[in-house]
Amino acid sequence: MKILVLLSQVPDTTARIAFTNGNTQFDASGVTFIVNPYDEWYALVRALELKEAAGAGSVTTITVGGADTDATIRKGLAIGADEAVRVDAQPTEALQVAEQVAAYAKDKGFDLIIAGKETIDHNGGQVGGMVAELLDLPYVALASKLDVAAGKATIERDVPGGVEVVEAALPLVLSAAKGMAEQRIPNMRGIMAARTKPLTVVPAAATDNVAATASFELPPAKGAVKMIPADDAGKLIELLHTEAKVI
Amino acid sequence: MSTIVFIDTRGEKLPKAAQEAVTYASQLAGGSVTAVTFGDAAGLESLGAQGASKVIVARGVKAVDGQQLTKLVLDVAAKEGANTIVCVHDGTGKAVAPRLAAKLKAAHVAGALGLPDGDKFKRNVFSGKAQAWLQVTSPNKVISLMPNSIAIANNGGTATVEEYSGDLGAARITVKEVRKAGAGVPLPEAELVVSAGRGMKGPENWGMVEELAKELGAATACSRPVADMHWRPHHEHVGQTGVAIRPNLYIAIGISGAIQHLAGVNQSKVIVVINNDPEAPFFKAADYGIVGDAFQVLPKLVEAAKKLNAER
Repeated sequence: MKILVLLSQVPDTTARIAFTNGNTQFDASGVTFIVNPYDEWYALVRALELKEAAGAGSVTTITVGGADTDATIRKGLAIGADEAVRVDAQPTEALQVAEQVAAYAKDKGFDLIIAGKETIDHNGGQVGGMVAELLDLPYVALASKLDVAAGKATIERDVPGGVEVVEAALPLVLSAAKGMAEQRIPNMRGIMAARTKPLTVVPAAATDNVAATASFELPPAKGAVKMIPADDAGKLIELLHTEAKVI
Repeated sequence: MSTIVFIDTRGEKLPKAAQEAVTYASQLAGGSVTAVTFGDAAGLESLGAQGASKVIVARGVKAVDGQQLTKLVLDVAAKEGANTIVCVHDGTGKAVAPRLAAKLKAAHVAGALGLPDGDKFKRNVFSGKAQAWLQVTSPNKVISLMPNSIAIANNGGTATVEEYSGDLGAARITVKEVRKAGAGVPLPEAELVVSAGRGMKGPENWGMVEELAKELGAATACSRPVADMHWRPHHEHVGQTGVAIRPNLYIAIGISGAIQHLAGVNQSKVIVVINNDPEAPFFKAADYGIVGDAFQVLPKLVEAAKKLNAER
């Protein structure tokens, strides 16, 4: 089984969020970058588990980005991916990224293409579905469990008020949510091996230019919290009714 | 060029998110719109009140197969001459909207928070810690509306309902089983949410949380450790890796407020934090706070909520 995992580089979950250049750019100064958690913990680890269970196959990661993403890509190799591909283009927007991934994947015969359910910076959850459409493949969003047997995938997906169990023949694209796998910490052997595993840089394909982020803004600061003494807790219900008017 | 709106209306009553999306599409178009949906939905005529003049429904499609639904929406868009498609930023929308955008070479606004300023749409980024204005430059647009972002219009009016008769091909995704998580308001739809964390000490103590939720007509939620310890089901987990919600009221009991939890709830309109630790970081994000023992505070809240319910 050949599996492709979409890997994005994002600011660390605890990074300070600030903007520069008249609020048009993310302020990366002093920020640590990591592999997007949904891509790493769920998509990549489940891909490795499936390969290990089958005792055959390969796991390739693909990232759209500049040379500044190489360290992040090596982390994926340290966790266990066999090889990595970097499309040499600055990511600008979801469709551009999806078109780069599809251009690479279209003639490679991947059985499974797995993305994280969203990146923790742009939160779009779009690229997996776009890649599926560009390659004319089925797509299951928000998968929390994935098993593969006899060329067919059985997937659990979260739906409002429950879980749906669905089946689809390979090849297939899906987006991975919590529950699909558990985080793996790379060991020293993995980190050493990652240095010599192939990281292929491919030139950017031509893509469509449909949108761009014009500016960012930070939410207005919260006003001071109104404290209510515990002995008088019932007062809260009254305030929610008469002052906040939410109940 | 016109605007159409794609909604998931399966179930006994029309989902709030679907009514919001029709309202939004109609406001965006500055007039009435055509809605497209699927499955065994009832009461579709009433979407006229939100601005739909016509609802086209593919009764034969019961489950979410992104390719069938994409074909359905593209077909309707072509017939209506539409260049703007509004969807809902929920599970169904996430399965279909990106496909539509890729097919139409359209910009996809994932999770629009309101009407645009020219061709700029506001959406959340960095898990709600900031917002971005996305400038759309393509002639075709796919806009997924974030649930709970706009008020539902109610202008009276009735929509005509047409059955879709085209061929959508065979589904490539088959639903084998649906496991319902039980009764109650689904979390992403809930306007009021009562949530609890490790401070409750054990699953046996959730009776009080549920009682408060019942009195307020709220849904129940929990923090990640509580779901990981199986005190509560996973679909109740709100936070960065769980469900992201934006209710009118979020009451957090015994939850310290780690940054990953806040990322899932920081869009709530009013946040109440109840914690016995006055240093809990959650108080910084709260509108109302009570420092105290949940086991003493909760019965007082239940009692006050009962009193309020008796008065109205």
